[in-house]
Amino acid sequence: MITCSNVSFSYETGRPVLQDLSFTIRDGECVGLIGANGAGKSTVMKLILGLLPCTQGEIRVDEIPVGKETLKDVRRKLGFVLQNSDNQMFMPTVYEDMIFAPLNYGVSKEETEKRVDALLEKLGLQELKHRHNHKISGGEKRMAAIATILAMEPEMILMDEPTAALDPYNRRIVINTIRELPQTKLITSHDLDMILSTCSRVILLSGGKIAADGPAQEILRDKELLEAHRMELPLCLQNAAVPLYQT
Amino acid sequence: MNKMEMALHELAEMDELAAQRSPVHQLHPAAKLIATVIYILVVVSFHKYDLGGLIPMVLWPVLLFQVSGIPVHTCFYKLRIVLPLVLAVGLFNPLLDRAPLLYLGTIPVSGGFLSMLTLMLKGTLCLMASFLLMATTSIDHLCGALRKLHVPGLLVTLLLLTYRYVGVLTEELAIMTDAYHLRAPGQKGIHVSAWGSFLGQLLLRSMDRAQELYASMLLRGYHEHFHYAPLRPFRGKDAVYLAVCAAVFVLLRLLPVTQMLGMLVV
Repeated sequence: MITCSNVSFSYETGRPVLQDLSFTIRDGECVGLIGANGAGKSTVMKLILGLLPCTQGEIRVDEIPVGKETLKDVRRKLGFVLQNSDNQMFMPTVYEDMIFAPLNYGVSKEETEKRVDALLEKLGLQELKHRHNHKISGGEKRMAAIATILAMEPEMILMDEPTAALDPYNRRIVINTIRELPQTKLITSHDLDMILSTCSRVILLSGGKIAADGPAQEILRDKELLEAHRMELPLCLQNAAVPLYQT
Repeated sequence: MNKMEMALHELAEMDELAAQRSPVHQLHPAAKLIATVIYILVVVSFHKYDLGGLIPMVLWPVLLFQVSGIPVHTCFYKLRIVLPLVLAVGLFNPLLDRAPLLYLGTIPVSGGFLSMLTLMLKGTLCLMASFLLMATTSIDHLCGALRKLHVPGLLVTLLLLTYRYVGVLTEELAIMTDAYHLRAPGQKGIHVSAWGSFLGQLLLRSMDRAQELYASMLLRGYHEHFHYAPLRPFRGKDAVYLAVCAAVFVLLRLLPVTQMLGMLVV
């Protein structure tokens, strides 16, 4: 469970990025965090992960307050899939990247090996095991990045734009994978169709405040609400097709 | 492909070379590392006029090239920038030491010329040995071996992360160079007027990326102590390889092998 209570945050420039944010993500929930550029989505993620210090309010992960002293325990529970997989995959091969976290958390080499093999089989990525990270495609890299996080066996997964820059085929694979993950998930994205396919609940951020929090099916169908916060209905819910190019 | 992308490609090629499978690749990284260090120390220890004694030392890299299947031209191609610098080290010796030391028939050979050749050969051999170590051992295994040899963890992590940072820096440089040239057609290189902002931006961008990489490491449990890819145990064949290499290097250093071979012919 992730709980944010009255969280406010501003960078050194002084402009408040988040203002009095409160929400709870219950175990097993899949929540989409949406909002226009600059709404504060990434900042919320960074605060939960302890990458930014929470100076006002409190964030708890499974009742553990996120703070300097508790970072190790908090991060043990959280897996974070970065938007840019190149920044996530810093080891030479997929295998070496996958064993990085388990070894750091003291899992034995034998157990890590078993875990990696089982995970690669489950995700259908066996052939990537010894491939070099710079040699695999964008879609494969995204799946491998998710695999490196799952190898940690986190209780909760945070994802930043998991379908960004993917072709439709790889996007569908990533969406199906997300849907099958049993963990608690918090996903930020501008891909509202993906949010609609994967999340039961949506939190809409606007100007650092929560503009709406409720069932995904309700919020993502509310055209007026979305447009009031510089967003649009998901493509699959738009009655009018995208205007076609005309000569 | 711009120059930076080529550099990046070459960097990635080293990882690919290290991932090949050959008897040399399969040796324990620590055995290869120690053998290389001994080899370099022995090569450097030859007297500046002892060109004859140094020549048999060529055999080891030649043998490694053969067994590992790494093309010799790849080595010289990758060392093309640093090799001329090494060769330039002894370039002034013939001017400083002109006394004839030996005669090739009636042609006098000065001590300076001989020491120049010795220095050049020493430099080339050391570079070849280092290249062969890098081309047959991944950086992670090499760092793992350094840790096994009790080199301080901080130093080893610094080495590894510096290696990785070079990749990040080069990637950013490649993107920026492309973006620059697309808006400056026909221009060779980066114009002097743009150097300042170009370097500043490069530093900021690469630092941002490095920070994100570091965050990714932290979020996966990294805490000052790097767990390197598991090394297989040090086996008997590794010990034999190391012992044979060390013995041969020392013998080649102590015995005048070329003279002995010459005696057989004369």
